[in-house]
Amino acid sequence: MTTENPLTCKELADLVTEYLEGKLSPADQQRFEEHMDMCPPCRIYVDQINQTITLTGALKEDDIPVHIQDALLDAFRAWKRV
Amino acid sequence: MSEAAQPDANRPTGSGAQTDEWAMIAALRNGEEAAFTALVNRYHATMIRLAMIYVSDRSVAEEVAQEAWMGILRSLDNFEGRSSLKTWMFRILTNRAKTRATREGRSIAFSDLWSIDQEPDEPVLEPERFLPSDHAQWPHHWATPPQSWAAVPEERMLSQETRALVQGAINTLPMSQRMVISLRDIAGWTSEEVCNVLNITESNQRVLLHRARAKVRRALERYLNEA
Repeated sequence: MTTENPLTCKELADLVTEYLEGKLSPADQQRFEEHMDMCPPCRIYVDQINQTITLTGALKEDDIPVHIQDALLDAFRAWKRV
Repeated sequence: MSEAAQPDANRPTGSGAQTDEWAMIAALRNGEEAAFTALVNRYHATMIRLAMIYVSDRSVAEEVAQEAWMGILRSLDNFEGRSSLKTWMFRILTNRAKTRATREGRSIAFSDLWSIDQEPDEPVLEPERFLPSDHAQWPHHWATPPQSWAAVPEERMLSQETRALVQGAINTLPMSQRMVISLRDIAGWTSEEVCNVLNITESNQRVLLHRARAKVRRALERYLNEA
């Protein structure tokens, strides 16, 4: 069964984060997935957003300089003694 | 885990993450240095990142983060678990940062900081990527569809250059978008954690994340579609 009111590609691109966050209503989720099923470019778009998330996740937070780690650990030891 | 690391009797029951958290708190209260070091490694860089929203430069943000750790240690015995440890720790951090910003005479309207109304309402994709709304057959369907990256060699995808491109794209985002994508997609926070710490609504958080991811994807597209 297909929905009455299919999404446009533009609407799909606007809803992609809500879709990935699981925040679409069941009806909208169905419209979203039906559109993807029949639209290869939109599948590519969603896939690229997922790849973007993965590549962003490969970035690392800065390492903590040793002298700061040491200073914080000293503070912890002092706190422990109190 | 030792007996001493078992959760308090009055801890809320719940997920494995909460169990881990109470084990962490018990270890800290026990004075276990490895637990403290793990916590510092997990959160210190993110604390500095967040503090920099409020204070003038990185060295001040570093001081704020160190002050926050002192505050966290001082208050740890009073932590009751009404929020997650992470949320509680980062509230201490943001309170310190705000106090410091006020002392520095920086007048930031903190309530406006996260308002999406403050941002230009730019489309995340150029309007010409889509056919016009009055197109006879395919209104608002792709005019210039995205080209698959399947043919991009893996070594290029995972290269230092691609990573730098992603970092560069994030660096050019407005502060609120940069912060949300950093917490969600680099630091791996949940949307609930981001909303709690930044004190923003879930829908606001999602709009900021949406714009940020779309712009980073767009930057990747420009870069990867070059020959």
